[in-house]
Amino acid sequence: MDTIQTIKLQDTAVEATQRLTGKEAIIKCLLAEGVDTLYGYPGGAIMPVYDELYKYQDKLHHVLTRHEQGATHAAQGYARVSGRVGVAIATSGPGATNLITGIADAQIDSTPMVCITGQVASHLLGSDAFQETDIIGISTPVTKWNYQITKASEIPEVLAKAFYIAKSGRPGPVLIDITKDAQFEEFDFVYKKCKAVRSYKPEPKLNPDSVKAAADLINNAKKPMIVWGQGVILGKAEEEFKAVVEKSGVPAAWTILGVSAIPTDHPLNVGMVGMHGNYGPNVLTNECDVLIAIGMRFDDRVTGNLETYAKQAKVIHFEIDPAEVNKNVEADIAVLGNSKETLAALLPLLEEKQHTDWHNRFKELYQIEYDKIIKDDITPEKEGLTMGEVLEGINKVSKGDAVIVSDVGQHQMIACRYAKFNKSKSNVTSGGLGTMGFALPAAIGAKMGAPDRPVVAIIGDGGYQMTIQELGTIFQTKVPVKIVVLNNDFLGMVRQWQQLFFDRRYASTEMVNPDFVAIAKGYFIDAQRVSKREDLAGAIAEMLTAEGPYFLEVKVEKEDNVFPMIPTGASVSDIRLE
Amino acid sequence: MSETKTYTVSIYTENNVGLLNRISAIFQRRKINIESLNTSISEIEGVSKFTIVINLTEDRVKKVIGQLEKQVEVIKAYYHTDEETIFLETCLFKIKSDLLFEERQIQNIIKESSARIVTVNKEFFVLEKAGRRSEIDLLYRELSAFGIMQFTRSGRISVSKEEMKISSMLAEFAE
Repeated sequence: MDTIQTIKLQDTAVEATQRLTGKEAIIKCLLAEGVDTLYGYPGGAIMPVYDELYKYQDKLHHVLTRHEQGATHAAQGYARVSGRVGVAIATSGPGATNLITGIADAQIDSTPMVCITGQVASHLLGSDAFQETDIIGISTPVTKWNYQITKASEIPEVLAKAFYIAKSGRPGPVLIDITKDAQFEEFDFVYKKCKAVRSYKPEPKLNPDSVKAAADLINNAKKPMIVWGQGVILGKAEEEFKAVVEKSGVPAAWTILGVSAIPTDHPLNVGMVGMHGNYGPNVLTNECDVLIAIGMRFDDRVTGNLETYAKQAKVIHFEIDPAEVNKNVEADIAVLGNSKETLAALLPLLEEKQHTDWHNRFKELYQIEYDKIIKDDITPEKEGLTMGEVLEGINKVSKGDAVIVSDVGQHQMIACRYAKFNKSKSNVTSGGLGTMGFALPAAIGAKMGAPDRPVVAIIGDGGYQMTIQELGTIFQTKVPVKIVVLNNDFLGMVRQWQQLFFDRRYASTEMVNPDFVAIAKGYFIDAQRVSKREDLAGAIAEMLTAEGPYFLEVKVEKEDNVFPMIPTGASVSDIRLE
Repeated sequence: MSETKTYTVSIYTENNVGLLNRISAIFQRRKINIESLNTSISEIEGVSKFTIVINLTEDRVKKVIGQLEKQVEVIKAYYHTDEETIFLETCLFKIKSDLLFEERQIQNIIKESSARIVTVNKEFFVLEKAGRRSEIDLLYRELSAFGIMQFTRSGRISVSKEEMKISSMLAEFAE
């Protein structure tokens, strides 16, 4: 649906030459790329563009965030749930530098995003003018591509290229810096969609021999295991992936960015790998005979100690980015290409298998984890509330249809471990960069990108206060996001590490927190606080059935820990259950 | 793990402002010291070439090449050992003109090193020498005894013995 609309918009925009100013051209380019929502904050060097946005309010919904960082995270949330390019816009100097955290986050999590920054007039470049900063220099290491426009005539081609680069291949953030004089300059505007850049190869060519070799290895494996990542979702390969898993009968585990590509309760879904992942897939990574990595990059949080990671296994790596192959883990077979294509090519070569005994190993280990950890997490008998039971409570009402947006820390690991998902693109979290403050603004974007779905932000009391000002955005736009703060009055994950590895020296992790309910109410957002088990289910139901935005604070046990856990430097199979 | 070696990295790129920054950031982020860096046009019109010398293990060089090629404006990157390339550096010495006439030995040094006198005036003369690092170092040591007013050495420039198939890659794109 989206694609068809986009193409139509593009077709109408192409060809006709018009005499336009740079600022108007920027808006025309955004419309031609199918942009309907953008997030930003005005200021001196970007004012001409805002003046145009004023005129195009009916076509382009500009969301005024309360901080530029919020604009990038909102754009990320929008992109992650919709599969479209998120757009953020800011002024020069501090406006531009405030985008950097979100850009770095989008870079490491491969999120398609275009950021547009205003810049001082070209004759002032390098003069230390008011609000001048070298945003091209600053953003270079964290962008897929960036470019400074100093002439209006560059706008159509550069913006077309920006969108093409952001969304093609392995997606990523692009920053376009536009000097103020270029925004005012008149030129002959004509827009052509970018279809290729000669020095850029977004997708490696599929090599049928590698697919054949992979299929042979999978067909002959006795104890194969899949670990999939976001590449399945970014490649829009969910169906192909499901078919591969079901036909091959291979147990499939996920990284936190990959979850939701197939439903959580799919019988072949064996859970999460990594530091706080499930016991079975972590332990059995070091027992499988063939490890099939699909659209994932062997992050250190996934692999633990590389020296002892899956050394017994043959490794097959399905990957779109050649630089990821052999970067952390040597692949015996690399299948390069878009996951949609590679998995479709793999499917007919696979033999139908069950691997029943091997599956039972996962089930046995799940039972151990359930008895030792999960049971007490989601159906606790102790007095204090747990984060796990809050997630379980949300599952009961949402039935797995909600988009869950999590921040960073203990609550994030709990959310990823226990949230149920039926649909793809449902887990939005800051995976690679681990950006506290991500969730609240990302949830705003996620709700706008998936307006028909419930969006629940799960945030800790620490991260919440890093971007709490975005409550203002929620109040102003009335975007009906549901905000759950799991409050333990601690920076919980850091505290957990202090407890386990620093002899309980709780250096600067205890938080004296304000009245979060009062703050939400100050923004006229319905809010309540729960600290007793008997009130929890009712509060969750009230939140999820409320029409507008809603804030729920849950006072949870102060010193709970997240287990299982692979301590830094340990092997995945040495995962601790306590 | 493989041993550290000298590698010449050749990067064919678009000619755009900011690309030097993007490329050097890849080395900087991994704390890899760039021993020498040269940028120039290449054999293909509109395509630039970076020649970068680094000391690294082959394992790490391969990963750096992957990161370089990932950049949108990089067409292709290669790495070669010294044995796989023809390479040299060039340098300029500025020396007092008096010495040329007073110190007979300087004339011998110039002859033997096959250095070339670029210019001579009353005050100074300029000597140019192209070659391997060891030859330039030797000349430097020999001339130091007499006093060098100024010295500059270029980055390494090199061509590979094997073909670097940029033209055919670009032709493929044009199709």
